[in-house]
Amino acid sequence: MGRIGNLFERKKDSILSIYFTAGFPELTSTLPIMKALQKFGADMIELGIPYSDPLADGPVIQASGSKAIANGMTIPKLLDQLRGFRTEIGLPTLMMGYLNPIIQFGFEKFCKAISGLGIDGLIIPDLPLHEFEEYFETLIKKFELDFVFLVTPETPDNRLLKLDGLSSGFLYAVSSSSITGRDKNFDSVENYVKRLKELKLRNPIMVGFGVKDRETFSSAAKYANGAIVGTAFVNQLGKSDNVEEATRVFMQNIR
Amino acid sequence: MISKSFRLNKGTYTQPNIFGYYGNFGGAFIPEMLHRNVEELRENYINIIYDHSFQEEYKSLLKNYVGRPSPLYFAKRISAHYRSKIYLKREDLNHTGAHKINNAIGQVLLANRLGKRRIIAETGAGQHGVATATVCALMGLECVVFMGVKDIERQAPNVARMRMLGATVVPATSGSQTLKDATNEAIRDWINNPDDTHYVIGSVVGPHPYPDMVARFQSIISEEVRQQLFEQTGSELPNLVVACVGGGSNAAGIFYHFLDEPSVELVAVEAAGLGIRSGKSAATTKLGTTGILHGSKSLVMQTEDGQVVEPHSISAGLDYPGIGPMHAHLFESGRAKFLSATDDEALQSALELTRLEGIIPALESAHALAALNQLQLRDDQVLVLCLSGRGDKDLDTYMKTLK
Ligand SMILES: Cc1ncc(COP(=O)(O)O)c(C=O)c1O
Repeated sequence: MGRIGNLFERKKDSILSIYFTAGFPELTSTLPIMKALQKFGADMIELGIPYSDPLADGPVIQASGSKAIANGMTIPKLLDQLRGFRTEIGLPTLMMGYLNPIIQFGFEKFCKAISGLGIDGLIIPDLPLHEFEEYFETLIKKFELDFVFLVTPETPDNRLLKLDGLSSGFLYAVSSSSITGRDKNFDSVENYVKRLKELKLRNPIMVGFGVKDRETFSSAAKYANGAIVGTAFVNQLGKSDNVEEATRVFMQNIR
Repeated sequence: MISKSFRLNKGTYTQPNIFGYYGNFGGAFIPEMLHRNVEELRENYINIIYDHSFQEEYKSLLKNYVGRPSPLYFAKRISAHYRSKIYLKREDLNHTGAHKINNAIGQVLLANRLGKRRIIAETGAGQHGVATATVCALMGLECVVFMGVKDIERQAPNVARMRMLGATVVPATSGSQTLKDATNEAIRDWINNPDDTHYVIGSVVGPHPYPDMVARFQSIISEEVRQQLFEQTGSELPNLVVACVGGGSNAAGIFYHFLDEPSVELVAVEAAGLGIRSGKSAATTKLGTTGILHGSKSLVMQTEDGQVVEPHSISAGLDYPGIGPMHAHLFESGRAKFLSATDDEALQSALELTRLEGIIPALESAHALAALNQLQLRDDQVLVLCLSGRGDKDLDTYMKTLK
């Protein structure tokens, strides 16, 4: 079992996973942010690969990606920065990115490289089921990476079961259909997660999109195994010139 | 990235396979949040479009509201100038001034049948936005149009028209602030409004089934051309068909019923901007590589890191860093020839058509006209050119170059 599996084995609830965009606010912020997240108590890291046209993201994450690209962040640069990160970072770490930059780099080459570095899994929101089964799944398995699909309240049961069956690590339950960073009412999340639980899914469930503070974290994490925060953290990073201090303040306010 | 299923069935020139692939291009690369809506469309579009009552309503609106069939006009003086027989398919004479209305009517009727009350669209030149706002006014539907900040400036008359028609025009401020980003914003809006909204994409781009659906709605253009050409020349088939390509919808429409006629040479004209190698261009087949943009795999102008680059064209409707998957396939297979025209060449050709035929073309269509200079034409050859739109919206730009 990998690091992600171990985490969910060890801890059943209130797991906090944090997303940030690699190369933001500074090109070299990647490692310092990861260390700070570990130091101040995050359970898991989602490392975002910046992309010019992130369809599922709101203005905050879009802007962080544009800034990161302007800072010079690329996949080869990111891989460089991650060399040896496992000597310092024990947290389960996934990469999250859109398909285009990854296939331009070379999908197999990418999987091989990140697996070699000690990355645990991948989230690629625009990788379709059909193409996943036909081509990508074999490569992801070959390099022993977890792959996490997104589901929404609109995803029908049969598709949910299918996506759960193809996911490993956890299943990413988008709180309600939206792009990242929108204010949400989490009242309906209870029923949504209950429905997911009744399906007896094989993966633990992490709720994401719109989780931004202690209140939304606790309502999102109450029924699921935990929650994922992105926009609010990226916002905090953008407001400070000390990423360690920004992370400390953020973590203090979230749980 | 070739999958088993499209090795078995690669789709044809006209029609993608069940996963939306034309050869190696197409598909539906969308986040799960869009899945239900796109899937709903995919499951229903063919049945709805070919339903008898839909066809009746669609055809009746095209005839009585849009003014179809649009004329196929034998342009005598331009023909003499280029020593060939040049026929202009007058999409500029459609209500709202471009071919875009053919698709807008089709999709809004379809949305109505799916029970959607809110319509969103992206627009570049504003022609698709105006067409969509027009049909929404006609049907009493809410209409929101996303438009790049730069395009809002350079196509002011169309912005005013959309507002008068009751549409909300939302400025797209991200990225290049043109058509690409307007499309991103429209897709994001659709993700945020999953229940009541239909996204009317304006070209043969986007995730499957959009490219196929839009091509079918625009195919009325070549359906008419075949009949009109037969009436005027005794033959349904020309030697050449020429159209400009932004995303590729007017080209898809005028190519459609000739795609399986090998004797007909198809010419697509892209916007070279300030020149292919100037760094300010929108000529996707010259500068692009295989990538994913707006939910489909196609040719895309991008950096080697896979970041989409900002294109340039004087024509807002061609200022797009990709082309539809159908066209990527026509390019890769060699079925269509791809040429390009610069900003200046398009301006010259616009003026030339205006002075020789008394027709002020849209800047987009002027790119197709500019290709006449690049073709080796003979006087026994029949050429049909898609005059995709009229130039009213571009008068500002034209006046600046005339003085
Ligand atoms: C008159 C006209 N022609 C052509 C285009 C380009 O679009 P497409 O390539 O989809 O026909 C536009 C787009 O706005 C247009 O307004």
